Amino acid sequence: MTGSASPQEPIETDIVIIGAGPIGLFAVFEAGLLGLKCHLVDNLDKIGGQCAELYPEKPIFDIPAVPRCTGQELIDRLLEQAKPFEPVFHLDQQASALERLEDGKWRLATTAGTVFETPNVVIAAGAGSFVPRRLPLPGAEEFEGNSLYYAVRRMEDFRGRHLLIAGGGDSALDWLLNLEPLAASIGILHRRDEFRAAPDSVQRMRELVEAGRARLLLGQVAGLEGADGKLEGVRINTPDGEIRHACDALLALFGLKMELGPIAEWGLNIERNLIHVDTETFETNQPGIFAIGDIITYPGKLKLILSGFHEAALMCQKAFKNAHPDQRLVFRYTTSSSDLHKKLGVA
Amino acid sequence: MAKLKVTDRDGVQHELQGEIGWSVMEIIRENDLPIEAACGGCCACATCHVYVDAATLAKLPPADADENMMLDEGFEVRDNSRLSCQIKFTEELDGIEVELAPEY
Repeated sequence: MTGSASPQEPIETDIVIIGAGPIGLFAVFEAGLLGLKCHLVDNLDKIGGQCAELYPEKPIFDIPAVPRCTGQELIDRLLEQAKPFEPVFHLDQQASALERLEDGKWRLATTAGTVFETPNVVIAAGAGSFVPRRLPLPGAEEFEGNSLYYAVRRMEDFRGRHLLIAGGGDSALDWLLNLEPLAASIGILHRRDEFRAAPDSVQRMRELVEAGRARLLLGQVAGLEGADGKLEGVRINTPDGEIRHACDALLALFGLKMELGPIAEWGLNIERNLIHVDTETFETNQPGIFAIGDIITYPGKLKLILSGFHEAALMCQKAFKNAHPDQRLVFRYTTSSSDLHKKLGVA
Repeated sequence: MAKLKVTDRDGVQHELQGEIGWSVMEIIRENDLPIEAACGGCCACATCHVYVDAATLAKLPPADADENMMLDEGFEVRDNSRLSCQIKFTEELDGIEVELAPEY
């Protein structure tokens, strides 16, 4: 399920989880057992965090009672486990602004304008949010927005442009095929004549190149030329030396990187990009703001998925008290509790 | 004990004790030099990109298809570029020199 709300209507929920990776998903389950509802925010356009983005096909061997599963299989199973608790996902947006309300709750806003009011914010953001890798070239920022792009927001931005796409993966090839009819001219720059994209896309790219409708350049971006934010050409290091390629738009697709982002500005106790927590409750130095998983540090911390699962379970105990200060929490097992069976939909 | 030399991005060379059987990325990381190694060493990113000296390069098995695929996401990839998580440190590699590639 995905959700969004107009900016003027805050979504009220027991817990907002930042990060829809394995730890955030398991937190939904643990919270659900206690009757707490969760909304999740993620900057990726899909669920699963690093497991889905970095290593969907890689096998994982250290999940208790699961001798072997891939990153994507783990996410699929966690989603299935969390399903009875109806988590709501807000994808392709970054948690950006956090503000404490007078009643002690938190108001959290995302870059897409979604606003939440909640007693509990749980940061389960791994190594941070995924953002496109930018070219580490001096003066590159000057061209961003007008001539240098790291993603395609609107295809129309490229109509009539002399476009060069840098990269050799699926997104580079897909955009080459999709933007070729719009662009005045189009080229693709890759460091070698082998592409990791789907064979069908590579085949179609080669047909365009053979038909003279696209140019294939082998090499790497060495520098940008132009003035006042307007790109005029790209300097390219090729095996035969440096060349200059005239173009007025560059779409650089070098994958994603992880960075802490706005979380760094929330007044949390952060050291070397890791958040300090109280290991009894996994609360940060701000009451009602929790952190679990790879993004935290404490004496003895191990960055393992199983550690994050444990942290999620403990966090929920305190989150329950924040959400229901007047209620007592009774400890129950899923094997025997009819109340938990009802919540799980197996009663 | 076998050693390796690592040049950081300020051009400063560090001589590190090499643990046999660790990857070069692990040795660099455990010595607190700035290497991101975002994926933790499963050849799923290019953030442990290093340049290796010519003599070392000759001793190493060539990069496989997975490593080359991830190097495509690297920046300033050269003929002597490797992912340090894919280089297992052995006695034969005593004295190798690597340089951390630019961060981005």
